[in-house]
Amino acid sequence: MAELHVRDVGVSFPLYHGESRSLKKTMFAAASGRLGQDRKHRLVVEALRNISFSLATGDRLGFVGSNGAGKTTLLRAMAGIYEPISGRIDVKGDVTALLDASQGMNPDLTGRENIRLRGLFNGLNEQQIAALQSDVAEFAELDQFLELPVRTYSSGMVVRLGFALATAIKPQILLMDEWIMAGDASFMEKARQRVETMVRGAEILVISTHSADIILQWCNRVIWMDRGQIRADGTPEEVLAAYLPPEQFEIAKKSMSKVPA
Amino acid sequence: MKSRTDRNSVVEQRRPFRYRAFMNMTMPPGRGTAEMEMSRAFDAAERSVSIVAVHDWSGRFAMALLDLRQTMQLWRLVWTLSLLDIRLRYRGSILGPFWLTLSTAVMIAALGFLYSRLFHTDIKTYLPFLSLSLVLWTFLQTLTGDGCTCFTSSEAMIRAARMPLSLHAARVVVRNILVLSHNVVVIVAVFLIMGTVPGPYSFTIVPAFGLWVVDAMAISLMLGVLCARFRDIPPIVASIMQIAFFVSPVIWSPTILAHRGIGIVLVKWNPFYALLEIMRGPLLGTKLELGNWAIALGYSAILVVLAAVSFARARSRIAYWV
Repeated sequence: MAELHVRDVGVSFPLYHGESRSLKKTMFAAASGRLGQDRKHRLVVEALRNISFSLATGDRLGFVGSNGAGKTTLLRAMAGIYEPISGRIDVKGDVTALLDASQGMNPDLTGRENIRLRGLFNGLNEQQIAALQSDVAEFAELDQFLELPVRTYSSGMVVRLGFALATAIKPQILLMDEWIMAGDASFMEKARQRVETMVRGAEILVISTHSADIILQWCNRVIWMDRGQIRADGTPEEVLAAYLPPEQFEIAKKSMSKVPA
Repeated sequence: MKSRTDRNSVVEQRRPFRYRAFMNMTMPPGRGTAEMEMSRAFDAAERSVSIVAVHDWSGRFAMALLDLRQTMQLWRLVWTLSLLDIRLRYRGSILGPFWLTLSTAVMIAALGFLYSRLFHTDIKTYLPFLSLSLVLWTFLQTLTGDGCTCFTSSEAMIRAARMPLSLHAARVVVRNILVLSHNVVVIVAVFLIMGTVPGPYSFTIVPAFGLWVVDAMAISLMLGVLCARFRDIPPIVASIMQIAFFVSPVIWSPTILAHRGIGIVLVKWNPFYALLEIMRGPLLGTKLELGNWAIALGYSAILVVLAAVSFARARSRIAYWV
């Protein structure tokens, strides 16, 4: 059974650019009211404040909110990349985070070498790494490009490689940012199928998106993030009705009713 | 408001970094998926991670130690990253990593002939001394330079997934040891050509090298943390190392200063001298000098403590700084 508990988590980013401090301070403070000072009176941006929620097997959570509301930061905190400044996150189960297309790949290394590094990071043996390489190569349709440095790839190929690499590993808890929805049309269909099998396989899904369609299609719970805090938490219909302008909500609901679930 | 957490809650149980350990892929024949599913279920039951905001020192040290332990478990990844770093640097060149050996050889030959004339020393004793000194100093200098950027240059990896942060420091150390091993060839060649016989205490370079590895890890962790936070530090470190090169007995032998007052200061309280000498002395046939060992161990202890404190303090913030 997978579980994920976020308890009273706060994350703040320090601003270390001394010369622009006072100017930034006043401007940001006026704009968002989210600038604070820590114990030592350093200027920080409070990216997340007092976030608490719990997820268990079967939960499909969507984050909505405007740009800069803290969706991606929260995903990074849940993945363990940004350690919170207060509170705690308890995770039970394997976590995979699909946060950005390049997936920490080294652009100077070949595709094959990058896949190998990922395999080693996940503690695979040589046999499993070879299997991973052929699996990723086949799915990403890279063929002989696999022997070339990643920096020579087109941006679409990088997305395909990153996507194939990330999805070759089946997690119990899947954290996704919306980049995963970007890609060329022919690849999109294939990617969609793979994500869907992955989403079905995952015990917990957390996705951050601007698309109401994706929320209605995949999620059974939505959290509306606003200025680093939870503004609303409930079923997709409830939250989207409040979050979206009424006419957009109607359109999204109509388009969903046409698609058989 | 900072919530103070009890120290026992700092737990990441059981192979915690193996966050995503199982593959949804076609396995080679002979290994059933049922077996995999079973092992997965078995493993998943006991894998849990807690990421807690820690504000007390015992918690910070516990997390730092855990980080180091996870890096050791990932030694295959560290080794491969280091190997690829070197291969990448010489990708497309005909000689490849052999350039490391060749450029060191040229440097030592040129400097050796020049300075043996300038200092009026016998090339037969000077060249072995110089080859050892220069190779070891090059290691130190590139290590401090690379150590400064160990976190900032791994920004993409740090932000992509949770992984032990000391891994990036270990990668710098292993990479520089690999470079050093290419340059050792030059030392061996010089010793053979000049007919130098290593001294009877040469076996002591084994523990000495062990100390170097520990120090190297401490240097790159400490500098990595400091430079991630304060971006002015790398040029300062580079300048200090440049000056240290000239004031330390690297290209000049300490015997030159034996009868002058200033030599005592430059040699006796110089951490670089003691560290160089525990490697260099035994191979050049000097007596075993326990005084040098004491100084080297003393400075190393200070270094390790400083590194431990700075890494423990800053570990959880590195992802925000890079």
